[in-house]
Amino acid sequence: MTVGPAWYMLLAAGLFVIGIAGVLTRRNALIMFMSIELMLNAVNLTFIAAGTALGDLSGQVAVFFVLVVAAAEVVVGLAIVVAVYRRRGTANVDELSEMSG
Amino acid sequence: MSELVIFVVAGAGALAGALTLILAKHPVYSALGMLGTLFSLAVLYVSQLAHFVAAVQVVVYAGAIMTLFLFVIMLIGVDQVEDTSETIRGQRVGAIGVVAAFAILSGYLWLSGIFSWEVVGTGTEPVNGSIEATGQLLFAEWVLPFEVTSLLLIVASVGAVGLALFKPRKAEDE
Amino acid sequence: MDQLVTFAEQWIWLVIALPLAGFVFNHFLGSRLPEPLAGVIATLASGSAFVVALVAALPWIDGGRHGVTVELWDWMPSIGAEFEILWDPLSIAMTLLVTGVGTLIHLYSVGYMHGDGRFSRYFTYLNLFATSMLILVLANNFAMVFLGWEAVGMCSYLLISFWYTKPVAAEAGKKAFVVNRIGDFGFILGLVAVFAFFGTMSFDEVLVEPGAVLDQNWATAIGIAFLVAAIGKSAQIPLYVWLPDAMAGPTPASALIHAATMVTAGVYLIARSAAIFDLSETALMAVATVGALTALWAAIIAMGQNDIKGVLAYSTISQLGYMVVGVGSAAFTAGIFHLITHGVFKALLFLGAGSVIHSMGDEQDMRKMGGLLKKMPVTGWTMAVATLAIAGIPPLAGFWSKDEILSAAFNRGGYYQFIWALGIITAVLTAFYMTRWFVLVFLGEPRWDSDAHPHESPGVMTLPLVLLAVGAAVIGVINTPWRLGFEHFLEPSFESIHLQHAAEGTIAWVIAGIATIGAIAGVAFGYLTYRNRERKERFERGASRLLSGAERGFGVDGFYGKRVVAPLAATAEASARFDSKVVDGAVNGLAALVAKAGTALQPLQSGFVRSYGVGLVAGTLVLVVWFVMRGV
Repeated sequence: MTVGPAWYMLLAAGLFVIGIAGVLTRRNALIMFMSIELMLNAVNLTFIAAGTALGDLSGQVAVFFVLVVAAAEVVVGLAIVVAVYRRRGTANVDELSEMSG
Repeated sequence: MSELVIFVVAGAGALAGALTLILAKHPVYSALGMLGTLFSLAVLYVSQLAHFVAAVQVVVYAGAIMTLFLFVIMLIGVDQVEDTSETIRGQRVGAIGVVAAFAILSGYLWLSGIFSWEVVGTGTEPVNGSIEATGQLLFAEWVLPFEVTSLLLIVASVGAVGLALFKPRKAEDE
Repeated sequence: MDQLVTFAEQWIWLVIALPLAGFVFNHFLGSRLPEPLAGVIATLASGSAFVVALVAALPWIDGGRHGVTVELWDWMPSIGAEFEILWDPLSIAMTLLVTGVGTLIHLYSVGYMHGDGRFSRYFTYLNLFATSMLILVLANNFAMVFLGWEAVGMCSYLLISFWYTKPVAAEAGKKAFVVNRIGDFGFILGLVAVFAFFGTMSFDEVLVEPGAVLDQNWATAIGIAFLVAAIGKSAQIPLYVWLPDAMAGPTPASALIHAATMVTAGVYLIARSAAIFDLSETALMAVATVGALTALWAAIIAMGQNDIKGVLAYSTISQLGYMVVGVGSAAFTAGIFHLITHGVFKALLFLGAGSVIHSMGDEQDMRKMGGLLKKMPVTGWTMAVATLAIAGIPPLAGFWSKDEILSAAFNRGGYYQFIWALGIITAVLTAFYMTRWFVLVFLGEPRWDSDAHPHESPGVMTLPLVLLAVGAAVIGVINTPWRLGFEHFLEPSFESIHLQHAAEGTIAWVIAGIATIGAIAGVAFGYLTYRNRERKERFERGASRLLSGAERGFGVDGFYGKRVVAPLAATAEASARFDSKVVDGAVNGLAALVAKAGTALQPLQSGFVRSYGVGLVAGTLVLVVWFVMRGV
């Protein structure tokens, strides 16, 4: 039997929520980063499942573009993390706050 | 039947990897959890006949991006174990609140049947996610966005190089 | 001749450009030049403009030739207002007066302003003034006239309050400016009406046949609006009050403002819009009435003035009244003729007064003068000529122009014969108070303060006096009942208009005879009264109420102060209070509210990325819920 797209959506929603939880609770910039990647992947899964269900290859092309953008984002993001670490000696986002409020 | 088995196994793997990612105290374990999720998703892609995307997922994500993450983890202190006690007042409550709300919303939407649409592709002619088909679509209909992404990648790499070249000032400027 | 017409078409822009160049040059470099040089340059700029205008005017001198227009550049094509010069007899006459008399005043000022700390700045203003006035008179559309109109207003402000450290001068400049705004308001109304009806401001279209567009009521309305403009600029009742105060400026500037340029702009505007006034008898009557009342009223006030320039100021208002009577009687040529002659002899009078003030060490009170003829023969004798000219003694200039106005008014008949009667009374009074002025200053016993050492002014000041005196003596002959040269010259500018001509034959002789007898009587009475101390005191006792009232200008300024300025000031103060309390209060309250809200919300801006993340996700949630409810 085949698995309907709704189940894939449920799985994607679960991954997305886990990603949100990671971003909001962890304070290591790298892990937050990976959580964001996880959310992106959750979205990719919905694209694939919907594309298959609707018989449209464009869903997969969209995933391809998300991948490319994610790659670019990771490159820059990690460069920033490294730069911040070199300057401040930490990757803990809470310690990067300079606000007094 | 086989698809159901694959979905259950790979889905469970993806969820397990994701939970590892956010719960592990040590960043290296988190990275490994992430890796597991990515592989599981690649398997799901294959079962959806998205061969090309699945390949890219493994090569680019699992191969390149995760490697980069591991590099950085090594670089900035592999032994940094994070203190999980919350320091920001109200942050934990807020986080749990919005996450729960999001989960409830997703569940509600799923139960409301908004995703249970009529499946058109299966049974007749499955979507062919081969390299040829994807490539043809990419270079015909999507050629302009494709070229733009190349520009994006160049800008990103230049930016990364630029960030790496900047020398930190002598003193902390605070 | 054709070559000269071509010359005019090609080079007439220089008439405006030369004073403008003088202005620009003196503005930037004048203060670095040694003293007389800035004045010399300004004089040369004005003088060369006069020469150009004179040469360009030659083809028109014989009369009968139509004006030419020269478009310099596109300015506001959509409202028919190009930067375009109209070179026709009317503008030629005005240009020659402005540049000719203006040049002599420039020259005179070189001597008068000697030693002033802002010597070059003064000439900057003078040149700018000439430029503005030339733009006004050479304009070929109402928009350009308005440009020049406002520019002379500004220059008059600068010149009247030239010695701005004196509070009187600063106040006078402000007063002139503010009072003129009222007139400008009328002008703007007129402009709007003209544009609404004609869709253009160009003289070529508006003034050719306005009757085809305007009905009589609207012609009256526009005429009244332009009359209000003229009342402000040409100092008529009820807005004349700025002019006497404007005497606070340097005397040559007074000569320029009150003789050659600014104040004549109102008369010029009415003459230029003759085609519109021609449509409305009512508007003309209003103009003539205002003129006649102003002439009489100012003449009465002039009798009681003790300030050497005060007499001349009220006399200017009175003479402007004559010009307005002229144009109001549809005798536009006569009005312009008087404008020209008055421009010459009034400039002479002011410059002479300046010469006296200069030599008396800034003394302006005539009661402390007397007997100056011996000390200052050139000034004295030229002033004698000017006095007789303004008094209307034949054959000097004032006689011909004044007689032509009165004759035309009489000839128009009906209501205008009443106007004529007022004019005759004014003529007698004019002769009287000008004789009084002359006698008090130049004849009789010296009554100077002990430290005054009157002396004749330097040649650079007396030369213009002599030239102007010659002009005041002979310029009348350009238009005499036997040879209407000036009228013939101006005719192309008033072609389609029903011009009112002066009386002819026996009536002309009778009218001229009455005017002459009146003038001689005025002079004789003035001379006899003020030459003899006893008679003078008797006269002053007898007419003490009139004279003391006149000396104070019959309290018109006070009345305006109480009835117009004070309520306005009270309103302004109330508005200011409203502004500071309510408006500012609202604004400040809002600002305080924002500041308080900012303080209250400050903790949200914690700098913790994860706190922001919670907000981000919450916002996303709201959006998703909204999408779902919308039913995507």
